[in-house]
Amino acid sequence: MRRDRAGVLLALPTWATLGVFFLLPLAILFVVSFARRDTYGGLKPIGDLGAYLASGKFLEHYARSLHPIYLKIFWRSLWMAVVTTLVCLVVSFPAAYYIAVVARARRRPLLLGLVVVPFWTSFLIRTYAWMFILRTEGLVNHALLAAGLVHRPLELLYNDFAVLIGLIYGELPFMILPLYASLEKLDRSLLEASADLGAPRAATLRRVTVPMTMPGIVAGIVLVFVPSLGQFIVSDLLGGAKTILAGNLIQNQFAIARNKPFGAAVAFELTAAVLLLLWAYARYTRRRGEDVLL
Amino acid sequence: MRGRGGLLGAYAALVYLFLYAPIAILVVFSFNRARQTAVWEGGTTEWYRSLAKNDLILAALKNSLIVGGVATLIATVLGTLVALALGRHTFRGEGFTRQLLYLPVIIPEIVLGAALVTFFGALAFRLSLLTVVIAHVVFCVSYVAIVVRARLAGFDRSLEEAALDLGARPAQTFFRVTLPLLAPGIVAGALLSFTISIDDYVITSFVAGVGSTTLPLQIYSMLKVGVTPEVNAVSTLILAVTVVLIAVAQRLQRRPAEREETS
Repeated sequence: MRRDRAGVLLALPTWATLGVFFLLPLAILFVVSFARRDTYGGLKPIGDLGAYLASGKFLEHYARSLHPIYLKIFWRSLWMAVVTTLVCLVVSFPAAYYIAVVARARRRPLLLGLVVVPFWTSFLIRTYAWMFILRTEGLVNHALLAAGLVHRPLELLYNDFAVLIGLIYGELPFMILPLYASLEKLDRSLLEASADLGAPRAATLRRVTVPMTMPGIVAGIVLVFVPSLGQFIVSDLLGGAKTILAGNLIQNQFAIARNKPFGAAVAFELTAAVLLLLWAYARYTRRRGEDVLL
Repeated sequence: MRGRGGLLGAYAALVYLFLYAPIAILVVFSFNRARQTAVWEGGTTEWYRSLAKNDLILAALKNSLIVGGVATLIATVLGTLVALALGRHTFRGEGFTRQLLYLPVIIPEIVLGAALVTFFGALAFRLSLLTVVIAHVVFCVSYVAIVVRARLAGFDRSLEEAALDLGARPAQTFFRVTLPLLAPGIVAGALLSFTISIDDYVITSFVAGVGSTTLPLQIYSMLKVGVTPEVNAVSTLILAVTVVLIAVAQRLQRRPAEREETS
C-alpha cells in the first residue's frame, strides 16, 4: 500500500457527488425540521433568529411528534418491526442451517441463488403478489368459498395481519443470507466434538451453533429491523389507510399534508433510531474483531 | 444426521415454497383469460399485447431505461474509482470514505427521498428525469463500490506486483492486469446497480416530476386504482429481466472462488 495522492483523486468524484447530493440534502432537511411552515406548504421566513430560538418554537415539530396519535403510530411501527424480525429469524435459521450445513455442497450454489433472486427482486412486485392473493376476489377467498368454509369472502387485506405477512415475506431473504454466511463459516468439527462428548442436539445448538453464528444473527436482525421500521410500501398497499406506519406519516407530510418541517422532524427521529441501532451493531462487530459491511 | 437432514430439507422446501409461490401465482395469472376473478379461464397473451399498446406503460418503461442506464453508468465509474482508492491506496479520509459509502445503504429510503426533494425544492430545481438520475446515482454508488471492492480483495496482488517487477509502467499494469481482472466485478456491480435503479419506488416517488414517471411509479398508480391483469403481465416481465440480470451478476461474482477450488 502506498500513501499517496492517487487515493484522494480516485475518491474525489464520490466525495463531491455524495457531499452535494447526499450530505447537503440531509443537512438541509435537518435545518428544515426546525423551521416554520406557511399556509401554502412552504417555509415561513424567520425574521429574528435569536427571538425564534429563544421562544423555543423551533422545537415545535419535535414536540408535536410526541402527541399520542403519533406515538401510537411509532409504537405500531416498532412492534411490527420487532415481530417481523423475530418471525424472520425463527423461520430463517433452520433453512439457512440446511443450506449451509446439511445440504450437499454441490447443490449449495443453486439453493443460495434461489434466495438471492428474491433478495434483489422488486419489493413492490413482491408486495403486489400478496395484494393479488389476499384481496376479496383473490385466490385465498376463492379457495375458501369453493371449499364451503366461508359463505362470504373474508376481509384479508387492509389490516395489521396483511401488513405483517407482507413485511415478513419481503424481508425474509435479508435474514437468510447473513445467517447462511455465518453458518457456512461454522467449523463442523465443533459440532461433531459436541455430539461425541455426548451433548444432546438441543445443547449443541444452544451452546455451540447459536453462539458461533451470533455475528450472522445480529447482522440479519439489523438488515431486517432497519428497513421494516421505515417501511411504507407494504403498509400503504396491504394496510390501506388503516395501518399507518412511521414511513407513511413522513410520506404524507411531503405528498399530501404539505407540512415539510413536521415530516423532516419525524424523518430525523427515524434516522436517529436507525443510527443508534447501527452504532450499537458496529460496536458489537468491532468487539468481535469482524468486518463491518464495507 | 440422515433423519434430521430429511426433516430439515422438507422444512427448507417449505420456506422456498413460501418465497416463490406468490411470485409464481402472479406469473401464472398474467396468462389468465379472466379479467376480474382468480379463477383460471384458459391461457392468453392478451395482457402482454395490451401492454405493448399502453402508452403510459411504454413511456414509463422508456424513462426507467434512461434513468437506469445513465445512473448506472455514472455510479459504476464513481463506484469503481472509489473502490480502487479504498482497495489499493492509503489516503487521508479513508475512514470517512467508508462511512460515506455506508450511509446511503443504511439510511431509510424514505429519509433520503425526503431530503432530496427538500434540497431540490430549496434550489428551485425543477423535478425531472435529471433529479431522478441524481437520486439513483446517490444510492447506486455504494452498491457498485461494495461489489468492486470485494472483487479487488479477492484477487491476487502478486500479479500486479509481477507486472511492475517485469518493468510495466503503473498505467500499463492497471490497464493490462488490474482492469481485466476487475472487469467481472465492475460488470456485476453495474448489473446490480441497474436492477436497484429500475426497481426503486420509494425514493423515485419523491423526486420524480410530471413526465418523469418510471415503471414502478406507473405500476403503483395502477395498483391504487385496482388490480388488473396488465399489472401481472408487466410485473412478470420485470421479474424475468431481474432474474436474468441477477443470475449473470452472481455468476460473474462467483468465478474467482470457483477457480481457486479447481486449481
